[in-house]
Amino acid sequence: MAKLLSDKTREAFMGPLNANNPVVVQILGICSALAVTVQLKNALVMGIAVTIIVALANVVISALRNTIPGRIRIIVQLVVVAALVTLVSAVLKAFLYDVSVALSVYIGLIITNCILMGRLEAYAMSNGPWDSFMDGLGNGLGYTWVLAAIAFVRELFGSGSLFGFQVIPQWCYDHGYENNGMMMMPAMALILAGCIIWAHRALNDKEGKK
Amino acid sequence: MKLNTNSNVYTIVYASVMVVIVALLLAVVSAGLKARQDANVLLDTHKQILASLNERDLDDATATRLYDEQITEVTCEKCGLSWFEANLEGEKKYVLPVRGAGLWGPIWGYIALNDDKQTIFSVFFNHEGETPGLGGEIKNYAVFQQQFEGKKLLTDGLVMTIEKAGNGGDVDCISGATITSKGVETMLHTCVAAYVEAGWFNAAEEEGVVEEFIADVLANLLPDAEENVEQVNE
Repeated sequence: MAKLLSDKTREAFMGPLNANNPVVVQILGICSALAVTVQLKNALVMGIAVTIIVALANVVISALRNTIPGRIRIIVQLVVVAALVTLVSAVLKAFLYDVSVALSVYIGLIITNCILMGRLEAYAMSNGPWDSFMDGLGNGLGYTWVLAAIAFVRELFGSGSLFGFQVIPQWCYDHGYENNGMMMMPAMALILAGCIIWAHRALNDKEGKK
Repeated sequence: MKLNTNSNVYTIVYASVMVVIVALLLAVVSAGLKARQDANVLLDTHKQILASLNERDLDDATATRLYDEQITEVTCEKCGLSWFEANLEGEKKYVLPVRGAGLWGPIWGYIALNDDKQTIFSVFFNHEGETPGLGGEIKNYAVFQQQFEGKKLLTDGLVMTIEKAGNGGDVDCISGATITSKGVETMLHTCVAAYVEAGWFNAAEEEGVVEEFIADVLANLLPDAEENVEQVNE
């Protein structure tokens, strides 16, 4: 432990935040990105829930990786993820009831989020627990920032508020400004995700320019 | 010693042990958090009932206090119905629970009536998964629920209607959410019908009071006809 983070660990954490982002580069986890981004608060809670679950599931699977029978490894991964999701759902229902109502089925659907199975199969099965933990954190946070960015635009223009607080003054509504109903529809989240992917590629894809 | 992780025995034992561990873990957590979750669900229901009495957006402590002070649940076991009676600074209100189906999932609500059991004091509707910004707006007080205030729930025995704006309904549909709005209408019709059938709207008060009332009337009409009262009670 000469350095707190070795190059490999650092790459496992930093990669998914930008260059190898699960949503905008690998195009995983899109369905939940459409569903929970109407409000910023819900998007952040969803992002945090996914981050916790993917990080913990990565650690568990990584710790067990040498014992897991090859033929049922996907089932083992699924059981670990499902158990963690059930735990998070129960904790939310006990301590953050209104959030759990708002997220309703989407917490349960974290099980089907492609990011989780993707990271477990591609990373945790062949790397140590610490690297896997950082990889899970990185991917979760990479997912979270994209959700937060989409939710920011959708809540601002769809409801005129951020985190539930009104930010567009009443004066604007009195003079004919209206909230954009299109922003409330899932289709708009897909369009916004497309815009983020476009901007991200334009900024990062230097090789494509040659 | 190196385990053969590909053998059948190993795979079956591994799967069994894993399932037992996970099941135990989930059972313990579920049992541990159950009380807290149930309390949350109950508090949420109380908040929704208070919202139908126009006491909206309360924090947990205020909601608990107001509910305890103002609301009592009344169950009529004979007719299988229950409702809530509220006392708002001396004014008596009745709250009827309703539930039905929207476009994507269940919708439900609470209708608060003034003590004439006819005029709507206010309402609260909620939903599980209606489209945000469209059907989901039935949850919105300013957009939808406010329209119900002061309207008659029943006119000549017919429950109020929800129609497109300008079509002459008692309440306007939410534009773009006709199915959810009509779901609210159907919900009102089916749920209120049960109370109509049970004679809830005709009873001036609870049954005991009605009998007392009839006894009083008869006693006044026929001062010495005690037997008649007995017969009415039967």
